[in-house]
Amino acid sequence: MSSELEAVIGLEIHVQLSTRTKMFCGCELSFGDEPNVHTCPVCLAHPGVLPVPNEEAIRYALKIGMALECEIAPRSIFHRKNYFYPDNPKAYQISQYDIPLAVDGRLGDIRIHRAHLEEDAAKMIHVGDSGRIHGSGASLVDFNRGGTPLVEVVTEPDLRSAAEAAEWARLLRETVRQLDVSDVNMEEGSLRVDANVSVRPSGSEELGTKTELKNMNSFRFLERGVEAELQRQRELIEAGGTVEQETLHFDPSDGTLTSLRSKEEAHDYRYFPEPDLVPLAPTEEMLREARESLPELPAARIERYEEQMGLEAEPAKFLASDPGLGGYFEEACRVAGAEVGPGGGGVEPRVVANWITGDLTATLRQRGDEEDFADPTVSAEDLAALVLMVTEKKISHGSGKAVLAALVVEGGDPAAIVEREGLAQISDAGELESIVAAAVEANPEAAEQIKAGNQKAIGAIVGAVMKETKGRADGGEVNRLILEQLGD
Amino acid sequence: MSELLELTVAQAARGIANGEIAPDEYFEAWRMAAATDDLNAYLWRAEDGVGAEGPLAGVPVAVKDIFCTEGMPTTAGSRILEAYVPPYTSTAVRHLREAGAGVLGKTNMDEFAMGSSNENSAYGPVLNPWDRGRVPGGSSGGSAAVVAGGLAPCAIGTDTGGSIRQPASLCGIVGMKPTYGAISRYGMIAFASSLDQCGPLTRDVTDAALLLGAMEGRDPCDSTSVGIEGGVELPSREGLEGVRFAVPAELAHDAIEPGVRTVFEETLKTIERLGGEISEVPLPHAEHGISAYYVIAPAEASSNLARYDGVRYGMRVEGGGDLIEMYESTRAEGFGDEVKRRIMLGTYALSSGYYEAYYGRAQKVRTKIAADFDAAFAQFDFVVTPTSPSVAFKLGEKTDDPLAMYMNDFFTVPMPLAGIPAISIPAGLATPEGGGPRLPVGFQIAAPAFAEQRLLDAAYALEQGIGFDAKPGGDD
Repeated sequence: MSSELEAVIGLEIHVQLSTRTKMFCGCELSFGDEPNVHTCPVCLAHPGVLPVPNEEAIRYALKIGMALECEIAPRSIFHRKNYFYPDNPKAYQISQYDIPLAVDGRLGDIRIHRAHLEEDAAKMIHVGDSGRIHGSGASLVDFNRGGTPLVEVVTEPDLRSAAEAAEWARLLRETVRQLDVSDVNMEEGSLRVDANVSVRPSGSEELGTKTELKNMNSFRFLERGVEAELQRQRELIEAGGTVEQETLHFDPSDGTLTSLRSKEEAHDYRYFPEPDLVPLAPTEEMLREARESLPELPAARIERYEEQMGLEAEPAKFLASDPGLGGYFEEACRVAGAEVGPGGGGVEPRVVANWITGDLTATLRQRGDEEDFADPTVSAEDLAALVLMVTEKKISHGSGKAVLAALVVEGGDPAAIVEREGLAQISDAGELESIVAAAVEANPEAAEQIKAGNQKAIGAIVGAVMKETKGRADGGEVNRLILEQLGD
Repeated sequence: MSELLELTVAQAARGIANGEIAPDEYFEAWRMAAATDDLNAYLWRAEDGVGAEGPLAGVPVAVKDIFCTEGMPTTAGSRILEAYVPPYTSTAVRHLREAGAGVLGKTNMDEFAMGSSNENSAYGPVLNPWDRGRVPGGSSGGSAAVVAGGLAPCAIGTDTGGSIRQPASLCGIVGMKPTYGAISRYGMIAFASSLDQCGPLTRDVTDAALLLGAMEGRDPCDSTSVGIEGGVELPSREGLEGVRFAVPAELAHDAIEPGVRTVFEETLKTIERLGGEISEVPLPHAEHGISAYYVIAPAEASSNLARYDGVRYGMRVEGGGDLIEMYESTRAEGFGDEVKRRIMLGTYALSSGYYEAYYGRAQKVRTKIAADFDAAFAQFDFVVTPTSPSVAFKLGEKTDDPLAMYMNDFFTVPMPLAGIPAISIPAGLATPEGGGPRLPVGFQIAAPAFAEQRLLDAAYALEQGIGFDAKPGGDD
């Protein structure tokens, strides 16, 4: 086998904007309504009609462009992309071409090539066996979707594996979701991902011939589709073949890839500037409003959790993925006096994070609840109080878990639960000493082994103490007392 | 009743406002006149009148069949839109209605406004009322013929490369193309979107001002519309004292019919008699206007006309049953030869690999033509030319020679390329080459963008000085 073949992947993501009306006419947006009820002469492309850009869509697109740290063009140009198809009533799509709204951004480690505004096509339903236009008995067009505002985001080919592509696409979805500009629902098609896939010898700077995978309607399918295509390309090249530029369709039901069209069949879209529209020049007010409306986005939040709050990458990503969860975490940290950061007194944020990502999430999941931290059964204050009690050794870690379980079920004040269940740690040194002494006596074999240097044997004695104290003893203290009593 | 038909629109409107003329009576008189159309100028005529109020109350307007009118057929002169009834009304027509006017009928035209003789209509050619063996010009041939032929008091049309001014010239009436953006294009069936502009065809300059005033304005439905700041007032200027007119220097070498050149030169003398000054100005790129125009206009048309695919409205020819065959059969049967020729030209000009050489270059020429005009208007108030190099030509004379037909637009294409307004007024009669009864000659005046008021004022003063009062059938 020759040198390793490195994956080179770029994504093109279509985001349907959740504006009130369509991109170039006043028809309402809808999903799942009766076909062809949200139409007008403009979106049906009657003779003589003209497009009028939707200002709300422009504002939304500006937010996306800014969230992706793009440069916003002072004057971007709409173009006509010409092709015949029944889902495209004008026989051209109004899109952007050489001067898009936003260029040169990044999200996480991936560079954004461009983000531009365009309009969606209508939806086609093919009646008959094939489910495609060829061989169908009839094809129906639902123009409700036609003209929905879209932002197309195109990345640079910076992704290096199918898993990375899927994970990055999730980050993009979360980012766009938090901008509140799209439903980002892949099954309903409000977020659609195409992938440009190629391979090249590791270390090479040149790009290999790419293929385009269309419309994978879940992140799982995206990952599987890209993986399958990478494998196909690698096998092809290793067998001495060459990759042909083509557009492929991935069928998740059987994992097969079928060619939709080859390079020769590629359309000549005859792009030219849309004469019915003037250049898109956002006003200072629009730019300011978009800038000021940006929330802290997941990528920035992950960075802050890692760098300022000392979290590991995984919990940082988990907690930053959802603004409700992130807010919950930060509120708990604040109450627990953890916000000052590692080593600054109070509870360290990573301890709070561990409680949330570990015990709380597990308990909620066990109960079959969605982890909805926007409306939690355990308030951030109560969680903070609980974590503080454990950190200050007022209760043991094990008792803490029990209190949390009780809180999830019935809510209430953690201190009251500790009181009621008698979970307060045994703070009387004499009392704990005598319990330890009894346990050592009751486990002579273990005591001998410990004396012989086998530290692992201590578990049996600790277990006995914990059983006797119903978990109310501090594990560290118990260890210390056992070793002390055994004359170590 | 016939005296009503003698009145200009401005005179009739004044009579209606004074209560001397009943608006429905006026409209009805014109409806009866329109019913006598033997020029094939109307494609559809109104069954009843209007009773609206406003400055144009009762005024019937003949509307080029390129304007969408809800509930009335709108064909754009094409088979592909035969029996198409739009679900909405164009802004220009709506504005006329809001001013009290009514649609008298829809006028014949070259298919999708592509033509200079009206012979490209799917519904047969329009005849020139001055000589029924000759063309009325195009593409707004029907609108020009109904006004010249006494079948309507006024009309509106569209001008992309001369489609208002050239037929106005060939029919001996006034035709004006306003600045691009003065009147909304919403509801005007698109030919070449960056050039198309609506305008009036009328008996005199005052009526042109009246219709322009009613139609202009920024329209939220047309992003490229801006209207005319300050609106339009009826012209009243007397004389042309101190007004600077410029004749393109290149005109001396251009192919112009001798009779047309004579009338043009006489008109220049009239201008001087009225106190105006005549100079020469170089417009070096104007001669490339035709080349640029016949790249840009077909390119935009190839895209604009792609929507006529048989899927949603208009004609559908099923063909062999598959989608592509349906598209092909529908468009093959629905479009005429000239439309197909331009769709092919335009598709080619936009094709990958050819875009820069054709569309890109044509746009650069366009910029240079606009710069030439800017330079001219820095020194002069107006640029003047004959509207058309010839008087009305015979039916069938140029149908086999598209290039000869395109040259008719030689003097009218530079203005839409530059986006500026221009008006054609009748300046006299000339004997056509090859002999025959004398026919009208138009004089074109072009002005800087949005200088419509100055343009109308000067055209009005010149109109008074020329005193053109010939009518079809009244000469020789």
